[in-house]
Order: sequence, then C-alpha cells, then structure tokens
Amino acid sequence: MSMRVGLFIPCYVDQVYPDVGMATVEVLEQQGLEVDFPSAQTCCGQPMANTGCNDDAKPLAVKFMEVFKDYEYVVAPSGSCVAMVRHHYEEFLGGVPGFEELKSKTFELCEFLTDVLKIESLDLSFPHKVGLHQSCHGLRELRMGSASELMSETVNKPKQLLEMVSDLELVDLSRPDECCGFGGTFAVSEEAVSCMMGDDRIADHEESGTSVMTAADMSCLMHLQGLIDRQKKPIHVMHIAQILAGREVTK
Amino acid sequence: MSSTSKKYHPQEAAEFVADNERAHWHDKALWFVRSKRDKAAAAVPEWEALRETASQIKAHMVAKHADFLEQFEEQATKLGAVVHWAKNPEEHNRIVLELLQKHEVKRIVKSKSMLTEECHLNPFLEKNGIEVVDTDLGERIVQLRNEPPSHIVLPAIHIKKGEVGELFHEYLGTEKGADDPDYLTEAARHHLREKFLAADAGITGVNFAIAETGGIVVCTNEGNADLGTSLAKLHIACMGIEKLIPRAQDLSVFTRLLARSATGQPITTYTSHFHGPREGGELHIIMLDNGRSVLRQSDDFRRSLSCIRCGACMNTCPVYRRSGGHSYNNTVPGPIGSILGPAMDAEKHSSLPFACSLCGSCSDVCPVKIDLHHQLLKWRGKIAERKLLPWTKRMSMKMASIVLRNTWLFTLMGGIARKVMPLMPRFLVYNRFNDWGKQRDLPAMPKQSFRQQLKKRNDSQKRDS
Repeated sequence: MSMRVGLFIPCYVDQVYPDVGMATVEVLEQQGLEVDFPSAQTCCGQPMANTGCNDDAKPLAVKFMEVFKDYEYVVAPSGSCVAMVRHHYEEFLGGVPGFEELKSKTFELCEFLTDVLKIESLDLSFPHKVGLHQSCHGLRELRMGSASELMSETVNKPKQLLEMVSDLELVDLSRPDECCGFGGTFAVSEEAVSCMMGDDRIADHEESGTSVMTAADMSCLMHLQGLIDRQKKPIHVMHIAQILAGREVTK
Repeated sequence: MSSTSKKYHPQEAAEFVADNERAHWHDKALWFVRSKRDKAAAAVPEWEALRETASQIKAHMVAKHADFLEQFEEQATKLGAVVHWAKNPEEHNRIVLELLQKHEVKRIVKSKSMLTEECHLNPFLEKNGIEVVDTDLGERIVQLRNEPPSHIVLPAIHIKKGEVGELFHEYLGTEKGADDPDYLTEAARHHLREKFLAADAGITGVNFAIAETGGIVVCTNEGNADLGTSLAKLHIACMGIEKLIPRAQDLSVFTRLLARSATGQPITTYTSHFHGPREGGELHIIMLDNGRSVLRQSDDFRRSLSCIRCGACMNTCPVYRRSGGHSYNNTVPGPIGSILGPAMDAEKHSSLPFACSLCGSCSDVCPVKIDLHHQLLKWRGKIAERKLLPWTKRMSMKMASIVLRNTWLFTLMGGIARKVMPLMPRFLVYNRFNDWGKQRDLPAMPKQSFRQQLKKRNDSQKRDS
C-alpha cells in the first residue's frame, strides 16, 4: 500500500533552489511513496513570526493548514519550517479542529526517514569528506539531534542517514553545533555578527577538512554559501536531500 | 568611557565586530568557559534531573511568591536582621543612603552585586560624598575604568591583561608594562586590603535568600563578601525579590548548578551564609521589586524570574560572544538581559530581542531551564504590537505577507525576480542598500522554479506512460 505524502517546499527553496525540491521528491519516491505537491502552498509564515509580525504570519498559518490538512503525512526538507508548524502555530491555530493532528503528522525529511519510515540502509555512494552543519531549529526545536549543552543520550538523525551512505566520510568539527548566524531577518538586521558567525563556521569546516558542507536546512546553507562564494572558498554546499538522492557534487 | 545609550544593538555590535582580532579573542575566551561548563556538567550523572528540580523549585517559589516573601521577612527579622522593601532603584538607593548617614559612614566596600548596578548605586553614593570600592577584582577593574561590567559573572571579560596592567600602573602604581596576572592580582590585593580596613560598612549582593530560615547566601570566589562584612559593623545586603528559595535543603540543588554553569567549577570558593547580624553588628536586607512583580504577572515572561544569574546563557550565546556585553546597553546583557531589559523599558531596549539568531543554545544551557529563546521570540511580538519595530522591517513583512497569501502573486513575483536579477548589473544588486550582499553573494537564479520543474517532469512522465 502506498502512502500519500503532502510535500511542503519552503518558499525560497521553490523559487531559488529547485533541485533541493526535486531531490526531496526523488528520495521520498525511492521509498515507494506517492508524493503530492499541492500547488496552492507558499510559505509557512516563519519570516513574519520571527520578526514579531504575528498579524502578518497568521494568514499564512491558516493557509498552510487549509492546504495540508487532508494528507496522511506532511513532509518538508526544512527543520525550521517544521518547527514553525509544530511549536509556533499554537498561537494562530490553537484549538482549531485538526490542528493537533496537523502538528503530529508534519515531519522534517530526515526525521520522517528515520522515525516514520525507519529506513536502515541506503544504496548510495558519496566518496567525499562531508561536514554536517546542525541547523539549530532542527536540532533544538525538533530534537533531531542531541544539543551539546544537554547531558542526555546522543541521537543525531541527519548523521544517522549520512552514515548509511557508502564511502562518505563525516568530519569532526571543533564546535559541532554552533549557530551559523542566518537567523532569518537577523542575517540582515545584525549583518556584522551574522557574517562573523558564518565565517567562523566555515573556518571550522575548513580546518576539519570538509569538502562538502551539508545541512537539513537550506536557509543556513544559503547564508554560508553566500559567504563561501564571495570569498571563493573551495567548499561545496549541498542540502542533505541532494546527497540522499544520489546527486553528484555541485558547485 | 561608559557606552552611549542612544545606539541600538546592531550598530554597537558592528563596532565590536569591526575589531576582528579582538572579537575573536572575546569569542574564544567565553567559549573556553562554556567548554569548562560542559565538562563540569558532564561529570554530574544526574545533571538533567538537577536542572528539572531547580526549575520546579523556582516555579513553586514564583507561584507562591507573596507567601515566601512574608515568611522570609518574618524569619530574617527573628534572626535580628532588618528587612526593607524598595519599589524602585530610587527607593533602594535612598534606603542605603539613610542607613549610611545614620551610621556616619564615609567609606564602604562592596562585593559583587548586579542589583546595585541595576540601581546605579555607586554614582548615587559618590554624589552624596561616600567612597564606594568594588572589591571583586573584575568589578574593581571596570570601576577604575569608569565602565559598567560587560558580563554578570565575569565583569571584566572584555579587557585584556595588558590593559589591566596599564590601568593598575596608572591607579595602583604597578610597574609600567607589567601584565603578569599574579603580579597584578597581588597588587590589587594590597590595594583592596587597605580599603577593607578603612571601610565603615560592607554592601553585598545576595545569591539565595531562604524563606524557611531567614538566612541569606552569598557566593564568591575571592572571599571579598566575608571580608567586607567581617570588618565593618554595618552589613547591607541588596537583593531582588526573586532571589528566594523555599527551604534550606533546596540550596544544595542550586549551589551544585550555579558554579558549574557559571565557570565550570564544582562549587564557588566561598559560599557564605548570613543568619542575622553578627554580634554587635547590624544586618539590613533590602528587597527590590523594580518591575519584577510585573514580570510575575505575565504568563509569557514569568519564568525569567527563575534566573540565578550564572551567566551561562551569555557564555554560550554566539551573538554575545561576538558583540560584547556593552553592546546591549543594559545592566544585564546577553539572552536573559534581552528579556529583562525590554520589561523595564521596551522602547530603549527594543533591539535586544532581535540581537538573537533564535539558535536556542541559551535555553538548553540554562540550569533552571528558562525557555529563553522562546521568550525572546515573544518579546518580538510585543515590540511589533507596540509599534516599536523599525519601519523597514514592518513594511517588508507586511508586503511579504500580502504576496505570500496569494499563490499566483507569489509565483509571479518569484518568476519576475528570477528573470530580472541575472540581467541586473552588479552595482544595482550589491550596494549600500543591500545588507545581505555586503559580505555575501546572492544565490544564482535558476531559470525554472521547483514547481515548474516538477510539473514538467510529471507531465513528461504522464506522456511516457
């Protein structure tokens, strides 16, 4: 029996990183799922909510629910957007029939693969040194991994998936889960600190021997790639869905 | 040399970051403290259970605050202390001054107290002819530099040892160019010893006040609280009304968490207990509200009253580490300060809840489990509601929302942007109006959006089948 999954693609990924969306579709289809992209979707509303403009975010939360309420599962290649639905829609949709269900069936791609589909192997090879950037919202809002501050058991879902890929070598970073400094409008309103944070992450990856930097959130990578491109650094940047879909290294 | 109050965090932070070498030095110094904390916390198998217990004790204290305050006053009074209540810094400072004048005090020594910083007690007393000497080494350094502390536990963390050497050369007569920490510390000890001996009164902060016993507890690494209160007859202890804990047995939970979280030490060198005045002396405890009871009424921000001022959220904050404590223009900087600041003056501190990438590290490091980054997000909503957002942010979000509510408008605008952007000359894209592009390239614009690519693929699959 094939499962029908509603695919949510973050607004900027739809417009600027089409291959990340295509890779997500392919990864899910390879698992035998029927993937549906409801074309009425736009944005989860996070940029507005994180700027404090809740009145501007609410209509987008309502729209998201309207578009996705009838799917068995909702999957997005973004920990940040899923965290928005799961932890911050309460304010806009709390008490609305179907909202609790929407929260419990909306998943980030990696956690969907490890927790719902419970995949244990991948028939893939990626012979590169990969540096995994732990995007904060996936890490600390969705608990896709154990944050370094916590003294509890260690899980790491994106890492778990990358370890299933043959010939892929994960590098050890000196600060394994420090923020890249994107932070939505923070990237612009606190430009100086944001870029210093990004540069510091890149330096850590360089010193650790990263050849391909990956993450479960394209927003962090957009910021980091922006810095890498400007400085003409040799590090490649790929969304984790692209690695899991078997893409070659792209620049 | 105190920082200007007119500037918002982004400008202050940009100035700090501009000195790249210094900003990195500052980041590394604090990351070192964070790493020490990690090791110390990892050595306690029940660390997470301790955090949870501490969080619940504080929540209980805040829930029954009035009862515990009354109990504390009653017990402290029984022990012979005098409890004073201050609604705001003016009342607090007046009470201190009256006590000092009554005892004809001309010189006081003060151990570390962020609360007296909050009340700007030093300049007030100096204006009234009283010499105030901060006896914590870090605080003495910033006092001599005429600066506020840049961190609540490590007040002089922003100053390099060479700069301390120059300062001590000027004020304490140390050798020119000397920057050996042991030598400088020894000089400070001699200097402070004279001040201790000459003081007529000692002022301390309070880390914990125990409702059950009426005792107060002060944690220091330098023993300066003990010395300051042992030599003079008058001891004034200044505390915020949230510093209560219900029972003496609760103290062990907090002392285990405090020093490990703050500096990675298993315990502070001195944990001084004051149960009433010493023989022949007087103990006055001033309890300050200054907006705390307003915070207590707020469902969104109540949990910030659990704070034990360990400073761990500052050490871990990637923004604090790279922008320095003074960039916050608030007595308490960093994540917790960015919640407390707007509660005091939302307009003045409107940029602080945005001085945060919402990474959440602060909430996970906090020994009393305050949901710091969620409270910062809440503050952003309040600041927008109160129309304190910059015009550019307000308008761009409004426009974005209008576009994103209409799928056709979103795809149309996206399509136009993808077509037009590659045609634009570089100077039109990268200029002083584009803060993104100062140091970062924009992503290359693809010809087709994802939805176009998917439709094309699905259509061709349909044709093939």
